Amino acid sequence: MISNDVIELASYEIMKQAAIDIPADYLDGIKTVAEKESEQLSGFVIKTMVKNYEAATEDRRPMCADTGLPRYYVKVGDKAQFQGGFTGIERAMRSATARATHDVPLRPNRVHPLWRTEHNNNVGINSPEVEWSFEPHVDWIDITTVHKGGLFGTDYRMLFPGDGIDGIKRFLLDTLISFGKRGLCCQPAIVGIGLGGSKDTCMQLGKQAACLRVVGDRNPDAKIAELELELMDIGNSIGMGAMGFVGSSMVVDLHIEVGHTHTGGMPISVHTFCLSSRRATARINADGSVEFRTDPKWFTPYHRRETISWEGK
Amino acid sequence: MLEQVSLDLPATHEAIASLKLGSVVYLNGIVYTAREGVYDRILNGGSQLPEGLIASSNVNFHCSPAAALQDDGKYHIGGVTATASFRFSKYLAKWLDLTNTKIIIGKGGMPAADYKSILAPRGAVYLTTVGYGTGALLGRGVQGVEAVHWLDELGIAQAMWMFRVKDFGPFLVDSDLQGNSLFAQQGELVNKNIESLYNGLKAPALHRYGETRDRKDELM
Ligand code: SF4
Repeated sequence: MISNDVIELASYEIMKQAAIDIPADYLDGIKTVAEKESEQLSGFVIKTMVKNYEAATEDRRPMCADTGLPRYYVKVGDKAQFQGGFTGIERAMRSATARATHDVPLRPNRVHPLWRTEHNNNVGINSPEVEWSFEPHVDWIDITTVHKGGLFGTDYRMLFPGDGIDGIKRFLLDTLISFGKRGLCCQPAIVGIGLGGSKDTCMQLGKQAACLRVVGDRNPDAKIAELELELMDIGNSIGMGAMGFVGSSMVVDLHIEVGHTHTGGMPISVHTFCLSSRRATARINADGSVEFRTDPKWFTPYHRRETISWEGK
Repeated sequence: MLEQVSLDLPATHEAIASLKLGSVVYLNGIVYTAREGVYDRILNGGSQLPEGLIASSNVNFHCSPAAALQDDGKYHIGGVTATASFRFSKYLAKWLDLTNTKIIIGKGGMPAADYKSILAPRGAVYLTTVGYGTGALLGRGVQGVEAVHWLDELGIAQAMWMFRVKDFGPFLVDSDLQGNSLFAQQGELVNKNIESLYNGLKAPALHRYGETRDRKDELM
């Protein structure tokens, strides 16, 4: 039986880790991009960022003072047993968010959209968001937190089947160019594309593709995997680098997630995770032990529901 | 290598005049934060500037720090990151006149026209943070909090923080006293290539406003 205290502590710990320690896959990805960058200004920006990650880890301070919008993704095994029920998990996460905000410290970012009032702890109405997923046959709980920059780099559009791959390329260019100018989306970044589903699913898939898959991970559909690489190259040949300066460092990796959609449409969303690609995951085992990692492993075969009737194995 | 400059604050006119676009700047002295909360309060709400502000600092940082009050009553400053400056354009002329501020630091610069019409004529320049998520490096440069104003009224993000800083940076010079803009110059170079990126890609079936400028148009 997993106690609610263990869930709270694990949620608190990953809030800290996400804010301070850059995930290794992204750091390696940034270094690869930096090696290819031949422009002085853009290259200087990336070198400074790498120094910033080092300073954050050495000093145990957040790599970016803008907390973004801290939130959680929870994957619960069918066989997991936990003491406080589902609302207990959500309560634990609210408490962990408030405590981490004070202790790290994280900037309290969450305000009421109209009254701009706040509780100074990143907790409020519908915040932090908690998204749920389930996994057959296992008895653990995975908790992931993501702190994504909040304002720039995301767009949605309803395309149509006839727009095809051209339409996808166009929209990707539109989004990267418009938010890449002056580096508003804090590129180079991991880009996520959501394709299909209903409009809200499309947004969610793209966001999760950006935030919950690691650099180097490819979509299991070989043709989509190929498209991921092709679109990444397009992003990096815009001629724009870090901070919108002339350069080639725009996209560290690009992930596509798809969902079956309306026969008449092809909705698309594009999301850029930022220079502070803040994610951290805790696995809480049935015996209450906790293991930490930076790969959320969110998109399991079950999560994608790749077969018509999922029976599992 | 980009040129590196270390500036003591308050910055003198000569030091500011010698800054070149694209140079890397580090600061020593006192900088203050102010964004829409402070601007509204003072320019529209009738509050007075904190005493001594003008004498101690001429650098306005568009920033909201990650700060927390410790048990000993001091502030723990973790990361320090700029916020996008273009939103504050409408306050700046009055603000510079009132405070004698000569350096604005923020994220992403201001429209190039503002440099020519607002900053340069007042002897002021814009420095941009680098990256922009360099919160940890900038946090290292903050040695302490000299004062904080309107913390209760405006909250941590919007309050006016006065930071004592040393080797605070890096920043890049975006504008000079002639009103030139590094972002604008770089943007123009990037723009030259943009049309060709779309070559051979067919137009979308349904347009959006923005692709047509006339809202009376049908989008099909
Ligand atoms: S978008 Fe930039 S400034 Fe915002 S949280 Fe991310 S790295 Fe920080």
